[in-house]
Amino acid sequence: MEELSRILTQAAGELIAPTTAAYVLAAIGLNLHFGYTGLLNMGQAGFMLLGAYGFAISTIAGSPLWLAVLVALVASILFALILGMPTLKLRGDYLAIVTIAAAEIIRMLGRSSGLAEWTGGQAGLRGNEFKDTFAALSPLPDGRTAIGPFEYLNNGSDSWWVRIVGWSLVALALLVVWLLTRSPWGRLLKGVREDEDAVRALGKNVYAVKMQALVLGGVLGSLGGIIYVLPRAVQPDGMARSMTFFVWTVLLLGGAATLFGPVLGAMLFWAVFMLLRAGMREGMAGTLAPDQVENIGGLVVGLALMLLVIFRPQGILGNKKELAFDAR
Amino acid sequence: MPDETLPETPPETLPETTENDVTEVTEPESTVEALESVERSDSAAAKAAEHVLATVEPTVGVSKPDTILVADGVQRRFGGMTAVDVDHLEVQRGVITALIGPNGAGKTTFFNLLTGFDKPNQGSWSFEGKSLAGISAAKVARNGMVRTFQLTKALSRLTVLQNMQLAAMDNPGENLFASLVKPLWSGTEKRNAEKALEILSRFKLDAKKDDFAGSLSGGQRKLLEMARALMTDPTMIMLDEPMAGVNPALVQSLLGHIQALRDDGMTVLFVEHDMHAVRHISDWVVVMAEGRIVAEGPPAAVMQDQAVVDAYLGAHHDTDLGDDSLLDPAVLARLEAEEEKR
Ligand SMILES: Nc1ncnc2c1ncn2[C@@H]1O[C@H](COP(=O)(O)OP(=O)(O)O)[C@@H](O)[C@H]1O
Ligand SMILES: [Mg+2]
Repeated sequence: MEELSRILTQAAGELIAPTTAAYVLAAIGLNLHFGYTGLLNMGQAGFMLLGAYGFAISTIAGSPLWLAVLVALVASILFALILGMPTLKLRGDYLAIVTIAAAEIIRMLGRSSGLAEWTGGQAGLRGNEFKDTFAALSPLPDGRTAIGPFEYLNNGSDSWWVRIVGWSLVALALLVVWLLTRSPWGRLLKGVREDEDAVRALGKNVYAVKMQALVLGGVLGSLGGIIYVLPRAVQPDGMARSMTFFVWTVLLLGGAATLFGPVLGAMLFWAVFMLLRAGMREGMAGTLAPDQVENIGGLVVGLALMLLVIFRPQGILGNKKELAFDAR
Repeated sequence: MPDETLPETPPETLPETTENDVTEVTEPESTVEALESVERSDSAAAKAAEHVLATVEPTVGVSKPDTILVADGVQRRFGGMTAVDVDHLEVQRGVITALIGPNGAGKTTFFNLLTGFDKPNQGSWSFEGKSLAGISAAKVARNGMVRTFQLTKALSRLTVLQNMQLAAMDNPGENLFASLVKPLWSGTEKRNAEKALEILSRFKLDAKKDDFAGSLSGGQRKLLEMARALMTDPTMIMLDEPMAGVNPALVQSLLGHIQALRDDGMTVLFVEHDMHAVRHISDWVVVMAEGRIVAEGPPAAVMQDQAVVDAYLGAHHDTDLGDDSLLDPAVLARLEAEEEKR
């Protein structure tokens, strides 16, 4: 009984975990790309990793917090421009191929020994090297605080402070996306998603609109990347293709082109994922090694994504009616 | 645009009940019958168009008294095949010009070139004296030349009203930064919505304003696409097969709308592969075959032109026809049926 309650508390903790907030941010970005504009970004992890490196490397080099965040955002803006310029005039599939490859290139560069002086190579950058400026900003007194079943340090790695900042950013991102998507600009995004030639025929600069969406979604991805590494280290191999794949699962689970889809999707995804892994660890402690638990967990996620796309392609919050006449 | 090269969609044979509310007249059984009962508008604009074009010699490449669009030496080749090869064409301002020709004549390709959706191998063209060669499709539209597509492009998961609002030009809310501040664009948005509803009610789509465009019937989508183009306040509207796939009940009102555009002072260039369809409403007819313009003139004269008859008969060697038998609806219906069997 005690075991069960520990597992449940652990799963519930995922609802407000910094990692969940990071995934919400990345999925809100992907929602701007795919949900609203129809852009197939298969490399959101690349934007996240770039944000993480941008923030961590410049902090280690001595930048204040605001500058480190700015560097991370500018890096992702440049990345989006470089990816978008050659591909956004072409058919949609090209962006998918280029983003998946570019995200891999970022990771390979990060773990290569040539750049190890800055990136730490394969081992990455330890959290203690880059989180001081962030921690110093905390107004919270030192110590621990328990709210309900959740008890964390006020400051430090896996702290209330990271949670407060992470979820505040989520709230801000939701506000901005809400403002954008209810506007004529947001309508333009959806028009491009439905049929870009039709929108072009009405005199709109489709290329510019797609580029703006790509940049904005990428910036949210890079913010997510910063929040993701604050409670841990920057490890290039931990932010690889499977991360992109998880962000997609989060988005499709919650419902693409819905405002709260990414939030609901990420909370549900991480809570259930934790339940699954903690359950396996506790229940089959003797039979399964820890890395087997992770593998089986990943397998179940893949299966769940497939079932989701087949049986509820609109996600939890999506509107079935809208999907019924997807013309293409 | 590979989808533009698909064969013409066959007209819907089953009348859709959802379209009944759009027709005022008793429902015709077939497209041919629908066309028979179309009446030429007797507006001042129609008479003026007829009058001014009566002075124009019906020969290929003839110059017009008041040209809005001029094309020179426009060629487009796909591999070894020359899809479009137009030496000289002038389009008169304020009239309805029909661009006809059998399937595969190059009409859609020519449209794509003129509107910036495709690039020619060579050639130049100008609209209102301004060269449009090499200009992007969006800029062409912003210059006042707006097109529709043979295969309708409704924005399915936007409502009918949103389709219309999106089309309005110069909306400050379409700027990324201004879009965040509603007061900057709410006034424009409101005016656009009023204008949209006015146009929609003309097309009898106002009752559907909150429906997703994807839920409309094929004919209603054609109407929506036309209505949407009007939201841009075009000087010239280019319609690619506006009647393709539209049920006979709607064809009449569609042709009525096209005439109304001319009567409102717009220049209309529309593509149609069925030459019978154009004779009632067009002021001038341009005939294309195998990429070239083979004839132009007022509708009645063009349909008796030997080159035109040959162009249409080229595809029907096995049909023995008299020279002007193409004007006979029964023969045309038979030809159409043959065409569909291919
Ligand atoms: N993108 C393309 N690639 C190759 N051939 C094409 C392409 N577009 C059109 N064509 C060919 O050009 C010719 C003219 O086509 P089109 O302009 O669609 O004719 P129409 O609209 O008069 O029926 C056809 O033979 C068609 O197969
Ligand atoms: Mg065509």
